Amino acid sequence: MFESLTEKLGQVFDKLRGNTKLSEEDVDLALREIRVALLEADVALPVAKEFMAKVKDVAVGADIIKSVSPTQQIVKIVHDGILAMLGDAAESALNIDVTPPAVVLMVGLQGSGKTTTTGKLAKLLTKGRKKVLMASLDTQRPAAQDQLRILGEQNSVATLPIIAGQNPIEITKRALEAAKLEAYDVLLLDTAGRLAIDDALMAEVASVRDIAKPVETLLVVDAMMGQDAVNVATEFVTRVGITGTVLTRIDGDTRGGAAMSMRFVTGKPIKFLGTGEKSDAIEAFKPDRVAGRILGMGDVVSLVEKAVETMDRDKAAEAAKKFQEGKFDLDDFRNQLAQMKQMGGVGSMMKMLPGLSRMSGKIDEAKLDETILKRQEAIMNSMTKRERGKPDLILNSGSRRRRIAEGSGTTVQDVNRLMKQFDQMQTMMKKMRKMGMGGMMSMAKGLLGGNAFDAMVADAAAQDPAAFEKMKDSLPQLGANPFASLGMGQQPKLPGGLPPEFFKGKK
Amino acid sequence: MGIWPFGKKDKDEEKQAEAPAPEPAPAPEVEPEQEKSWLARLSDGLSKSTSKLTQGIVDVFTKSKLDAASLENLEEVLIMADLGPRTAAKIVATFGARKFDDNIAPQKVREALAEEIEKLLAPVAQPLTIKKPENGPFVILVTGVNGVGKTTTIGKLGKWIQAQNHKVMLAAADTFRAAAVEQIQIWGNRLGVPVVSKDVGADAAAVAFEAYERAKREGMDVLVIDTAGRLHNKSGLMDELGKIVRVLGKHDAAAPHATLLVLDATTGQNAFAQVEGFKEVANLTGLVVTKLDGSAKGGVVVGLADKFGLPIHAVGVGEGLADLQPFTARDFARSLVGL
Repeated sequence: MFESLTEKLGQVFDKLRGNTKLSEEDVDLALREIRVALLEADVALPVAKEFMAKVKDVAVGADIIKSVSPTQQIVKIVHDGILAMLGDAAESALNIDVTPPAVVLMVGLQGSGKTTTTGKLAKLLTKGRKKVLMASLDTQRPAAQDQLRILGEQNSVATLPIIAGQNPIEITKRALEAAKLEAYDVLLLDTAGRLAIDDALMAEVASVRDIAKPVETLLVVDAMMGQDAVNVATEFVTRVGITGTVLTRIDGDTRGGAAMSMRFVTGKPIKFLGTGEKSDAIEAFKPDRVAGRILGMGDVVSLVEKAVETMDRDKAAEAAKKFQEGKFDLDDFRNQLAQMKQMGGVGSMMKMLPGLSRMSGKIDEAKLDETILKRQEAIMNSMTKRERGKPDLILNSGSRRRRIAEGSGTTVQDVNRLMKQFDQMQTMMKKMRKMGMGGMMSMAKGLLGGNAFDAMVADAAAQDPAAFEKMKDSLPQLGANPFASLGMGQQPKLPGGLPPEFFKGKK
Repeated sequence: MGIWPFGKKDKDEEKQAEAPAPEPAPAPEVEPEQEKSWLARLSDGLSKSTSKLTQGIVDVFTKSKLDAASLENLEEVLIMADLGPRTAAKIVATFGARKFDDNIAPQKVREALAEEIEKLLAPVAQPLTIKKPENGPFVILVTGVNGVGKTTTIGKLGKWIQAQNHKVMLAAADTFRAAAVEQIQIWGNRLGVPVVSKDVGADAAAVAFEAYERAKREGMDVLVIDTAGRLHNKSGLMDELGKIVRVLGKHDAAAPHATLLVLDATTGQNAFAQVEGFKEVANLTGLVVTKLDGSAKGGVVVGLADKFGLPIHAVGVGEGLADLQPFTARDFARSLVGL
């Protein structure tokens, strides 16, 4: 459904070779495509219009840089513009270094993820050595207060005892009292979901604000939100006043244009991203990560992060060492497969790569057979530890291969095929240092052994050679030594460990 | 990045200029819900979600004729209602081919536009029909991404089923989210219907399987199964949903007899991916669109109707028991353009 912006701009600019400046007409042609791309990504129309006017200002008359195509140049301008609009990652710090308790008020529409986010935030702050109390003011949705209580129990965070029949104002007062008496650093107030046009409920949350005097009021917004983002942002800003937003469900496949709408209309920073259902799936906002998605250019950062999350660091370190020594055995192969599976399989990994992301339709069509991975894993599980360490044992013994086939419910042919692929992979591993991105891809191909992959890559290269080349070069650190960059501490920030300045107070 | 004039001061001014005027808030409704006819409630619910669009269209046609600029404005109005750039362009292209008098009344133009949209929606406006199989309950499986309003919809759906003199049972197969079981239990109490549940963390498919057994044993006509919210791109969670469908099939090959996807009206173009994802795992038979009582228009369903042709059974317009209304193409389309 979403063809890549790069691809479409490529068609627009094919005719432009030889020009030295981007003319207004060229830019207008490009802007038409950019408009569709932004709107399909759910950037609100007024925001998209404003944004395009600024892109035009910058782009018209810009010197064409010889080494890049006009397409790349425009994409760069758009990308930089989105980054600038999304704001600085540094703004995402919570301003909670005030006289305790620092009150954080969570507001938003129904179902945006307020309660889950409150639980995650509490856990994050607790990790940062803050003493946190949570209180639910949601007397609307059945069992909402129970939900927060349970989240508190699961994460060892205190919640205000529930007193049935109390209204949100009474609960707020009680929560403030408790937070002061029991010396909590932070009080998180979770509120009921409310429609921006619901007068009574909007007035209620304003009263809560007046009593609680929050240092932070966070508007929680679903990343999948469409054009209504403008109305919601406007209403919450004018009627409640917010200090920042939290974008949830960024782990979905939405392009997330709501991020731009929110930042633009509220003028307030996006502070956090909700990245999953687990209680630690929350991250400080990173503009580059969201910008790439909005343009459909893949999410390399996410891929790397996901890899970091899933990789067992010790295993990775060990594998890296073996890899450098040219010793890559079946145990390592098995670990790799397991990790790949944890990352959501080959298909979802490939979709996150720039250049390949736009072929997500084709990736799905190719029906990369993940059952092959399962079967291969089963085969390796049926080998002894010694056999995995010394693959020659298997190669030299028909009876071992028969035993393995029987043990894994496969055939001797399957076992032979796996051994052959392992051999190819070893060869590839040795080359990989020089091969960059291509190495990663060959690895995927090696695992799948499919023609579908070849066809797809050829297709990508044919459609947009420049982008393809760029893609191949775009992950040099991965290509140079995948294990080192993924698992050995060269990535300074690991999920869960946020930078210290994260909790810094007001400047 | 000095070339990007997105500084704070600028922004405030821009915001003044750019942000649409806040909607006139509708009078808070303290409604004796049961008394009103469903038609009255439908137009109430829909009118809340359409006043902005209406104003936009009035502006378009009171200020200019049906020239290129008007058509462009019209397209923008549709885009703002989440129809998406392609669907909006398509509708406006068809619409632009029609001839109108120079001084055509805005009312007439709106009617004509509503007709275009109605044409796209008419084939999918189909009520949910319940046909109890001879041997066992009619099973309705309710799916969707997180936070769209599945459980609330089930509460309202239960009421609707009861109103047709069917005996209904609910099953709490959201065993993941904290207090999800308690939430549906409360709806069960409100309706006075039994709710089958197990402990948090239990296998969702096991809940569904046992619920079927119990519903059959107790002579239920309808079994409505709540599921955990799941993003359609998470293969593990989607597999779990697939398993629920499979185990129900062991009781009755035709079960679930209806598989509904609940869509949040505030959702943008990602709704396409949601339908695609859920369709692949569970054989979707229809949609329910929720939260239409807010300022969101739910216009994405127009594109969905065009692409997937899945029936749209009902719309949710509030959190009360009676706030589930049938989806009617004509009324919805007319309400979208403010008629």
